[in-house]
Amino acid sequence: MTLARRIIPCMDVDAGRVMKGIEFEGLRDMGDPEQLAARYNREGADELVMLDITASRDGRPTFLDTVRRVAEQLNIPYTVGGGIRSLEDGHAVLRAGADKVTVNTAAVERPELVSELAQEFGSQAVVLSMDVKEINSHWEVFVRGGREATGLGAVAWAQEGVARGAGEILLTSIDRDGTLKGFDCSLTSAISAAVLVPVIASGGARTFEDFLRVFREGQADAALAASIFHSETHPIPALKRFLAERGVPMRLSQ
Amino acid sequence: MKISIIDYGAGNLPSVERAFWRLGVETERSTCPEQIDAAEGLVLPGVGHFSALVRGLEKNNLASSLRAAIHRGLPFLGICLGLQAMLTSSEEAPKERGLDFIPGKVRALPGDVKSPHLGWNQLKRIRPSFLLRQVPEDAHFYFAHSYAVRAMEAHPVAICDYGFPFGAVIERGNLMAVQFHPEKSGEAGAQVLRNFLECAR
Repeated sequence: MTLARRIIPCMDVDAGRVMKGIEFEGLRDMGDPEQLAARYNREGADELVMLDITASRDGRPTFLDTVRRVAEQLNIPYTVGGGIRSLEDGHAVLRAGADKVTVNTAAVERPELVSELAQEFGSQAVVLSMDVKEINSHWEVFVRGGREATGLGAVAWAQEGVARGAGEILLTSIDRDGTLKGFDCSLTSAISAAVLVPVIASGGARTFEDFLRVFREGQADAALAASIFHSETHPIPALKRFLAERGVPMRLSQ
Repeated sequence: MKISIIDYGAGNLPSVERAFWRLGVETERSTCPEQIDAAEGLVLPGVGHFSALVRGLEKNNLASSLRAAIHRGLPFLGICLGLQAMLTSSEEAPKERGLDFIPGKVRALPGDVKSPHLGWNQLKRIRPSFLLRQVPEDAHFYFAHSYAVRAMEAHPVAICDYGFPFGAVIERGNLMAVQFHPEKSGEAGAQVLRNFLECAR
């Protein structure tokens, strides 16, 4: 009996379509969220993350409708984020079928949001998402899709988020995201060692070996990727078999 | 048939509902004692805080109907916090009292493991289980909890080990409870729900 490491596809959604950015810019249409979600559920994904990347609040009803339609396809855990700024926003996505909410920019602006969500829904339903960039050899938290520096150190912010009740950290390396250079293992292991909650590594996955490294060297509890899963260049069942054969605990039967 | 899902004002009802619908079973949300009295099968889902659940049950006068239903043999499935509510008490809310169908105390996971216990884990079966019939021995189930019942206290039919060995599946005749989320546990979870429905039919 060992807790399996998780493989998590992530869908960035704008106006009801799955998009994928390179270095957070230059969006490309990657398909229909319902179809992709159904495929991931079938293929043995351990969880699904869906983020609203629509810039304006006007897109919210469309997004909530997408949350609902995607939920219909799933019998695995489902985390939803992007634009969650209040308890009401949290309620709305959970009511629409999400199991967990993830917060990023709004939590930096008002850290009490994390505490409020954890009190209302429990820590197991609150994921603190943080986008991190290496600046002068220290790790700094960035917000607004990775465009704006905050002055917050990544380790300190992760610890504060957990102290406030976040039950998981979704850690994205901005330097690696979309560039397919592999996960940032040193960042991941630094955060994983600093908090007593699971850490999901994100940003930069290109090869099966990248996943192996982030579990071994990065001490990640889960690994998240988007484009390489969407485009079917790296099927999830093959990835999970590859990792299991190399001793990473995986859930293989469904 | 129809499964009644107890709605005490919190909890992850939509996921549980969808899981039953997928198996072709109707559900209703039970918010009052009369609905519990008329139920054919009862499910108590739960996420969040122990005190929110037990207080929610008391506030809506659901606790006594629920007790009566379990006593008269109605098939009952507690999920996650719904399992913990069957115990006498919990370290999460020391002043509250659980429904006390199973003597014992729910305890916090120890400080030397990451908490919540969050993700997919396997079970070890220690006695024949009704809920786990036709579920592969090595199947994984999705867990999301920071508290659990020590295996030696709860006489479970299956345990999981994280921090300490804890009750993952408890079966006491018509009272059944699981610490994991069958509604989020893929095909293995669906089979657990099918087995429960078998009992409720």
